[in-house]
Amino acid sequence: MTDATASQPPVRSLFAEDARTRRRNRAEARFRAYGFAAVVIGILALIMLLISILSNGLSSFRQTYVTFPVDLAEARLDPQGNRNPEEMAAVTTFGYLPVMAMAFIEHVEALGIEHDLSPQEMAAMISGEAPAQLRAMVLENPSLVGQTVTLEMLVNGRIDGYFKGRVTMASAERDNNVTPGQLVLAQALADAGAMETRFNWSFVTAPDASGQRPEAAGLGVAIIGSFYMMLVVLALALPIGVAASIYLEEFAPKNRLTDIIEVNISNLAAVPSIVFGILGLAIFINFAGLPQSAPIVGGLVLTLMTLPTIIIATRASLRAVPPSIREAALGVGASKMQSVFHHVLPLAAPGILTGTIIGLAQALGETAPLLLIGMVAFVREYPAAPLDGLFDPASALPVQVYNWTQRSDPAFVERASGAIIVLLVFLVFMNALAILLRRRFERRW
Amino acid sequence: MSLAKLSVSVLAVAAVSATAAVAQSRDNVQVAGSSTVLPYASIVAEAFGENFDFPTPVVESGGSSTGLRRFCEGVGENTIDIANSSRSIRESEIATCAENGVTDIIEVRFGYDGIVFASDINGPSFAFTQSDWYLALAANLPVDGAMVPNPNTSWDQVRADLPAQDIAAYIPGTRHGTREVFDENVILQGCEDSGAMAAMMEMGMDEDAAEEACMELRADGVSTDIDGDYTETLARITANPEGIGVFGLAFYENNTDRLQVATMAGVEPTVANIASGTYPVSRPLFFYIKAAHIGVIPGLKEYASFFVSDDIAGPFGPLAAYGLVADPELAEVQATVANEVTMGGM
Repeated sequence: MTDATASQPPVRSLFAEDARTRRRNRAEARFRAYGFAAVVIGILALIMLLISILSNGLSSFRQTYVTFPVDLAEARLDPQGNRNPEEMAAVTTFGYLPVMAMAFIEHVEALGIEHDLSPQEMAAMISGEAPAQLRAMVLENPSLVGQTVTLEMLVNGRIDGYFKGRVTMASAERDNNVTPGQLVLAQALADAGAMETRFNWSFVTAPDASGQRPEAAGLGVAIIGSFYMMLVVLALALPIGVAASIYLEEFAPKNRLTDIIEVNISNLAAVPSIVFGILGLAIFINFAGLPQSAPIVGGLVLTLMTLPTIIIATRASLRAVPPSIREAALGVGASKMQSVFHHVLPLAAPGILTGTIIGLAQALGETAPLLLIGMVAFVREYPAAPLDGLFDPASALPVQVYNWTQRSDPAFVERASGAIIVLLVFLVFMNALAILLRRRFERRW
Repeated sequence: MSLAKLSVSVLAVAAVSATAAVAQSRDNVQVAGSSTVLPYASIVAEAFGENFDFPTPVVESGGSSTGLRRFCEGVGENTIDIANSSRSIRESEIATCAENGVTDIIEVRFGYDGIVFASDINGPSFAFTQSDWYLALAANLPVDGAMVPNPNTSWDQVRADLPAQDIAAYIPGTRHGTREVFDENVILQGCEDSGAMAAMMEMGMDEDAAEEACMELRADGVSTDIDGDYTETLARITANPEGIGVFGLAFYENNTDRLQVATMAGVEPTVANIASGTYPVSRPLFFYIKAAHIGVIPGLKEYASFFVSDDIAGPFGPLAAYGLVADPELAEVQATVANEVTMGGM
């Protein structure tokens, strides 16, 4: 076969690359570099986001408080002297303000701190929330009147900003709401130990506050509102979604109708969330007469939004269960329903739970549909316990972020970033739970 | 099977509680409307919740027009009780209201808001007149008997006294009640002052057409409509220090460390100048009460009376401290609320 040997390609070593191999290797190296660059870009973006949020928001978990004794004079707080809370309620927070302010001014004098501030400037250093807190305290416990109590009160947001580095002497110079003199006095009080910045639980527990009191604003109502909505979503979307998926996947005949339903479910998953808000306003509020700004309506709207996600995830995990399991069950005489509930569903459960938790996490971060049903609002009352509480007005975590970014006082920037941190913590927690459940219960075949 | 049982029982509970809610009555006042009024309304709501036994009212924003539209949706517990507005209600809105059964509306004017023109604190300071703004922002200017596209790109081209800085204006979008005041008190006034309006009428336009041409603003990127809130305007100015933004006085008062304010027609926008009416760009702020809800929704009338009380809306109250210009005729407003005087009855 001399002909064949003549037409054979030239013998080459496997260790020497020819031009084609080199080209292929280069292409692969390039692709790897692109892939690596993509990952780096993604990570950089995440790091930038985290840095900006954490640097802006971590300070919201700390708050400055001032401690001073207040003489609760009977003449001002309980003119009738009956210690009757109903009579005492006639003294409004405007009546408590001078009591606080005078006590504060006297305390500064007692500490021997020199200053040249007017009484108005001194009073402005304490938060507008303080008289309200004192009034609530006195009305709850009328026997306090006539005594001297030592109180720890929030200070004004600008003073607090000074201790956090947001307000400086130079900016106070130009700022109409704070004077350098107030900052000097605040520093002196801090040195004397009467003013301190410390961890602030009330950021997570307190309700929202108006634009004049950024220092008092908290996430309490928003967290409860979000929690209630998630309860509603979980209680409705999970059973409905799972039932729909099981029926479609295991029982429904394959015909044109089920095809149409399938296409529509996939489409619904991609519908902009605001559309569900419009639907919610039309159906749940205008037609069904449910109250506005209530977590029940928010939950129902988010249920509609989450359903397609849960159905798609559930169907995928049902499909992943090998047919041999169903056939084995049917083979030993189980009914179709027994095969599904005793064998298929337990095996699909980790996938269903993961899909549900991811759907919930998505719903937790949604603001747009809540705009139209009145949950993007200033709400200060805590909703009651479920089930009544589901019908009380509440706000939601992402809504609180949105609201605070619109406020004029710069202190709310810090608050908004703090709220984002809380929201992120919840999301990370939920996603970690999803991964944990999947790892724990996952079966391989 | 347990899952099936669970889902059925959950659905049953949801259905039962939903029907229970329809019977349940609302005990909090529900307010919606202007984002300019929102900070004032939330201050009042907060103080109201602290000092009264009623729950704190729920205050939504969304803009004057949105608020009034929802206000006019009808009477009943699932409609709002009060609409906040940074402009007075329009005839067409009153008609819509009447169609839906909202016939008795109490108009409450609780103070004035100044609209200020502010720029970055480190930039040059400005002293504007209305005609400067018209000449800077109009889409077309009359030149020698014909309308030509606005050629001005920097402020010194508008008027030689102004700093040589590129024109970059951030004005409220049409969704805002503030825009209406800006259009009428600044642009239209400037159009008349600069003689442009007279020139247009000479060109054969009737008055309506001329006014319309006056208020048509350029769309070549020199002027930007801000549909968000003042915080967005402030962010734009931080990003572009040459920008000039339109703000509410209260917002400016909260950010004096970053913004400097321009005078308008030689008048500085102070509370005193706005209250006396010498500062030309201010507007009254309103809220509208659905009279049919008084006595049905607990605390509604108390909230309204508290809002306009001297303690709150007076010149030394918390609203004034936040930047509201107190209404000099507050006593009359208080009487309007106390006697529940509706708009038709005036």
